[in-house]
Amino acid sequence: MSDTVVPHKAGSSAPRAGVASAPWLARLGASDVFYSFRRSRLTMAAAAVTLLFFLIAIFAPLLAVQNPFDPAQLQLMNSRIAPLWTADGQSPFLLGTDEQGRDVFSAILYGLRISLTVGLLGVLFSGTLGIVLGLIAGYFGGAVDSLIMRIADVQLTFPAILIALLINGVVKSVFGNRLDAMSMLAVLVVAIGLSFWVQYARTVRGSVMVEKNKDYVAAAQLIGLPAPVIMLRHVLPNTMGPVLVIATINLALAVITEATLSFLGSGMPDTMPSLGTLIRIGNNYLFAGEWWIVAFPGITLAALILSINLLGDWLRDALNPKLR
Amino acid sequence: MLAFTLHRAIQAIGVMIAVGIIAFSMFRFAGDPVNQIVSLDTPPAERAEVRKSLGLDDPVIVQFARYVGNAAQFKFGVSYQFRQPVTALLMERMPATLELATCATVLAMVFGILMGVYSALRRDTLLAKAFQAISLIGISLPTFLIGILLIYLFSVTLGWLPSFGRGDVVRIGWWTTGLLTVSGLKALIMPSVTLGLFQMTLIMRLVRAEMLEVLRTDYIRFARARGLTTRAIHFGHALKNTLVPVITVAGLQFGSVIAFAIITETVFQWPGMGLLFVQAVQNVDIPIMAAYLLMVSLIFVTINFVVDILYTVVDPRLRSTISGAA
Amino acid sequence: MTEPVLSVRDLQVEFALRRGALRAIDGVSFDIAKGEVLGVVGESGAGKSVTGLAVIGLIDPPGRIAGGEIYLSGLRIDHLPPEDLRRIRGKRIGMIFQDPLTSLNPLYRIGDQIVETIRTHTNLSEQAARKRAIDLLAEVGIPAPDKRIDGYPHEFSGGMRQRVVIALAICAEPELIIADEPTTALDVSVQAQIISLIKRLGRDHGTAVMLVTHDMGVIAETSDRVAVMYSGRIAEIGPVQDVIQNPMHPYAKGLMGAIPTLAGEDKRLVQIPGSMPRLSAIPQGCSFNPRCAFAFDWCRIERPEPIRHGTQAVACHLYDASVKETAA
Repeated sequence: MSDTVVPHKAGSSAPRAGVASAPWLARLGASDVFYSFRRSRLTMAAAAVTLLFFLIAIFAPLLAVQNPFDPAQLQLMNSRIAPLWTADGQSPFLLGTDEQGRDVFSAILYGLRISLTVGLLGVLFSGTLGIVLGLIAGYFGGAVDSLIMRIADVQLTFPAILIALLINGVVKSVFGNRLDAMSMLAVLVVAIGLSFWVQYARTVRGSVMVEKNKDYVAAAQLIGLPAPVIMLRHVLPNTMGPVLVIATINLALAVITEATLSFLGSGMPDTMPSLGTLIRIGNNYLFAGEWWIVAFPGITLAALILSINLLGDWLRDALNPKLR
Repeated sequence: MLAFTLHRAIQAIGVMIAVGIIAFSMFRFAGDPVNQIVSLDTPPAERAEVRKSLGLDDPVIVQFARYVGNAAQFKFGVSYQFRQPVTALLMERMPATLELATCATVLAMVFGILMGVYSALRRDTLLAKAFQAISLIGISLPTFLIGILLIYLFSVTLGWLPSFGRGDVVRIGWWTTGLLTVSGLKALIMPSVTLGLFQMTLIMRLVRAEMLEVLRTDYIRFARARGLTTRAIHFGHALKNTLVPVITVAGLQFGSVIAFAIITETVFQWPGMGLLFVQAVQNVDIPIMAAYLLMVSLIFVTINFVVDILYTVVDPRLRSTISGAA
Repeated sequence: MTEPVLSVRDLQVEFALRRGALRAIDGVSFDIAKGEVLGVVGESGAGKSVTGLAVIGLIDPPGRIAGGEIYLSGLRIDHLPPEDLRRIRGKRIGMIFQDPLTSLNPLYRIGDQIVETIRTHTNLSEQAARKRAIDLLAEVGIPAPDKRIDGYPHEFSGGMRQRVVIALAICAEPELIIADEPTTALDVSVQAQIISLIKRLGRDHGTAVMLVTHDMGVIAETSDRVAVMYSGRIAEIGPVQDVIQNPMHPYAKGLMGAIPTLAGEDKRLVQIPGSMPRLSAIPQGCSFNPRCAFAFDWCRIERPEPIRHGTQAVACHLYDASVKETAA
């Protein structure tokens, strides 16, 4: 791992020793990472699609023909209309409507918002939790370390979806079965956050174990810098590469997990649907031939996850050439 | 070897105790069990009676001991929704889940290893690239979407395969199997593919990465320098060394497959433990949730244990370090 | 004069990289006769190991043999189809790698690895191959070979594993053995045993040996002739005594000066200033010129080709009469 950040030693026979001693970010821009980014058209396309999804999510209210979360704007007489280009299509419902008269296109835009919000917050939560626990475990070692890593080991054997479902079920039983949509969103973020912290913690802990024995940490300790400062300012930056890779891949996983929970009926409610909720609703109408209610949210979700995954894959390969 | 086995066994028991505490905490503290049993207008005296009869007034440690004692005899209490013993509910559904998970794992192993080996050995061919693309899609498409897609194709459009249920099952003792009837086998196809696809992707990627790694090692280079045939090098030396970590991962994944079956079973309304669990989560049926957690953990821990032991049988290096340490 | 076992003519090896091709070997020529040990010495990166790999046909992409010819007992082998080359490897050319700890497949018994190799190259039955494997293990000095044959590699020490590797290299009685730093990874006490083993096997079977090492001491002990390599070229080649006592190339002079001797205690050990150029930045003219104390203008312009001087051949303008005249 460290060879991605430590500058090449002078006189090494590596052909690309020219990019020595520049800071990490400058290296990122100047070197192989950027090269491989430009070289891979697929990655560039994935980046563009991801960006597009984020923009769509941000500007959803400007693009949508209705606010699908507002029951007052939905009319039952508009229910189950086929997409615009089919014989039964009706303007302005580009991708048709569902059984409540909700415009599928608008619902997707808003659903994307929910999915990405839960995903990003989940990643942020799990990342923060994992990094902090990893730093603590790695820096202090001993009993604290073994306790944290034992929990991590045990949790790692269980799939995240199971843990998220359990957390979900427990929260429901404590707070009652009917939570409002925003609280449900918070529950999802917590459930996802608690399911995905292990990988960050392990990676950060590993780097800390390596870094803390190096001379510069000893030097920092000698001049009396407190442990948190050493950790945050000196050790943490060295772990950012791998953490970034994990975060990208986990964003895709978090989006999948949210969608799955919502699909299973343990996520976002019908009144404030995410993409997963929309797919669950649409699935009920598949046999009636109303395929558009499930197809378009499904395609959107798949495209979103695929492009994030492509970015993550590329980032992993680019930051760690040895794995290629 | 014995010391190692013992050590692992103690670890496994430790994990089970930890999970037991979690399950017990859920059972005891997540919502009041009394409320689930009595109706809203039950007088307080009667509530206290129920509370006492459930042993909820005893010290927590006593309750925990009782819970563990019961769990060890596979007594997990009564389901809130079904008013039936949880154990009976789970056992009734276990064969469905195990058959599904086994089929999915076999599919995943066979195709995952074949595709992984091929794409490692013929890295730049079109087919290898196609496999890579499939693997990316397999990881990116959520399981439930794959299930829906298959249902739309093979049930709604083509009408070839049933979209839900197990078909006809044959009862053998307490076990029910769908493997002996045509409708049972037909019903098994789509759920197995759906459930296995993600694992297959995982195994394929792992096999490919491991194999490429192994092909770079010195002993492969030396094997080439010895003039061994490509076939002997690839399928004798490289494959054997590749499969050691793959066995571990695939084995460990079996637990995950059972847990992931939750999603597949929901999509296909497959009458297994996963579907029961999802319904339990929706209806806050804590005894079922707790029991499911314990059951799945037990399966996980057992598999972990077996794989650890198996690993040492396959890899002679571990065998001697272990006996050396013992 | 009989035909040399190995004859390399103007060998060139290139590595195609993103930023253009790097020439790792550039115009290397040498012969090895039957029963002769040729030592190939040089710093790491000089191209010694690549030369060995090129001979046995194990240069992996992005590397490739870009030019020249390689003959094994008169048969040209550098352009053979992979399957034909495979039949030669292990049968007619044996190879010993640097690290015995990683050269053997950890999951196979050593006997199985030897039997497998024997059966690949001969028609021996399983039992006969096993018997031969035991004989081979005995020959390379492994005690109780009939028991040890069923051991796994990790049950052997480093030196013993290198003996197993040697047994594997000689199991089909090859004409040529390429030993790539065979002692570097071993303890000093074991090194001498392995060296004398290789030497003995070469003598007993009349095998030609190409011994790649960076250790002049090993060369002095074992080799008949020595080739001094510097950044992908042979700087000087000749009988080992002549090159050691009378090195001609300034680099060889430096290299010999860097060997401590018991006799000359008052002499300071010579150190060559600077380091070998990277393959991507080989200077024009003689690649040694930036480090050479004797370099003159012509050395920075024209690359010297090897010229024969008595028993030695040296690639240096200092010994080229015509160049000296032109320069003066």
